[in-house]
Amino acid sequence: MRNGWRRRTASGARAGVGIALLAAVFLGQSASAAVQADAEAAAKRFVVVLDAAHGGSDPGATLGAVGDEAETLEKNVTLSMSQRLRALLVARGFTVIETRESDVALDEDARATVVNQAQAQACIVLHASEAGSGVHLFVSSLPPMQPQAMVPWKTAQALRVESSLKLGNTLNSAFTSTGRDGESIEPIPVTLGRTTLPGIDSMICPAVAVEIAPLRDKEGKVVSEVTDADYQAHVLNALAAALLVWRSEAGEP
Amino acid sequence: MTPRYQKILFVVLFVASVTMTAVLVRLRERAHDRLLAGAMEAGTTAPAVAPLEQVTLMVADDATSTLAPETIALPLPEEPQARARAVLNRLLSQYSGAQSLHPLPTMAEPVESVFLMPVPQANGDARRAVATGDSGRAGAAGGAILSVPKNADRIAIVNLADQFAASHPSGLETETLTVLSICATLHANLPEVTEVRFLVGGQERATLHGHADLTQTYLTAASAAASGAQP
Ligand SMILES: [Zn+2]
Repeated sequence: MRNGWRRRTASGARAGVGIALLAAVFLGQSASAAVQADAEAAAKRFVVVLDAAHGGSDPGATLGAVGDEAETLEKNVTLSMSQRLRALLVARGFTVIETRESDVALDEDARATVVNQAQAQACIVLHASEAGSGVHLFVSSLPPMQPQAMVPWKTAQALRVESSLKLGNTLNSAFTSTGRDGESIEPIPVTLGRTTLPGIDSMICPAVAVEIAPLRDKEGKVVSEVTDADYQAHVLNALAAALLVWRSEAGEP
Repeated sequence: MTPRYQKILFVVLFVASVTMTAVLVRLRERAHDRLLAGAMEAGTTAPAVAPLEQVTLMVADDATSTLAPETIALPLPEEPQARARAVLNRLLSQYSGAQSLHPLPTMAEPVESVFLMPVPQANGDARRAVATGDSGRAGAAGGAILSVPKNADRIAIVNLADQFAASHPSGLETETLTVLSICATLHANLPEVTEVRFLVGGQERATLHGHADLTQTYLTAASAAASGAQP
């Protein structure tokens, strides 16, 4: 019986490998003139993809105090934050693409496809949670990989994971910064972790998952809910500031 | 015109093949049920004579997104699968306490069963390492350790209760820490466990509660190293 069970997992793993190989991305070395022109145009723009996690039949977490009027679903919070961050970034001269602009279900492959077609210079995946405190940043745990002709779709992020770590550090600095030139900004506690992230793991661009959690005092009591508009604005302003730094570090186009 | 005997033969063979398919499907289901039932019956309560043993729990902290070792004394059964289950249930019950740094709802038996089996030799592609970094710093501890499995190496299949997954807080950090804490605790107490896979209610699941990826094979060495990792 045990053997039977093992056989089934082994064949499942084999099927997974097969699918990964079938879905391999071909990164051609010899670009045609047309592709080169596209690349030049893309280089002139600084493209940021905003990925509002969840949507449609996937509501994500339930947020806000239970029974409270502000109680809402994570998919709504991530969408609204994506839309507001887009406005902030467009005002700063970024080209912004959202993976979803309404309450629709998107699988992880669809999200990665949007990012990879956009040839983005940064991708921010937005989550919100009641657990923990402050902002949680996550970068893919894939080991770095040198560019090569065939890259498996499921692990394409390995090409950019070092840049993703740098982007994570840039975001971290923006949240923990107390403001420059005398302006006073309340720092937001940040944790930075790495794990397997099915959407991001297929993205060929610097990508970080940003999960916003309530602000808590020393006893763990909630000071600002994730549904709090002022708190959200504070987080979004820090993200916009961080992306400005990211753009200037990349060499402003 | 097809001869009559061929028609009869066709019908007989067709009926036989349908019947055999049904029988095979049923046998497979029963084998699966028996396997799960067998593992669940393996008790976690140690006999009264079982001596207390030192157990290391790798306890998660939401505020810093890290794991910290905590040594306790626990009576443990002899059988390795029952031991693993007892240690994990003790770890997860700790999280429902009032002072928990990684609060989870109270539940009697969050882990229904743990299966230990030799590491399959050729599934390297599906293996992934996970790690958390120190608070506010980029954790560089991540990265797959693609070592060749040794004969003594075991993969632990952790079968979580449906209710545990359903009542677990939903979020990237909280779910990831639960997964890492289970992997690191298994490795701390059963060093032969190098890989971990997860089931929920005996079935494969995409995520724990919307976030942590349960389709991956986790490498325990990476999750253990993460707790004290320096970037
Ligand atoms: Zn989420």
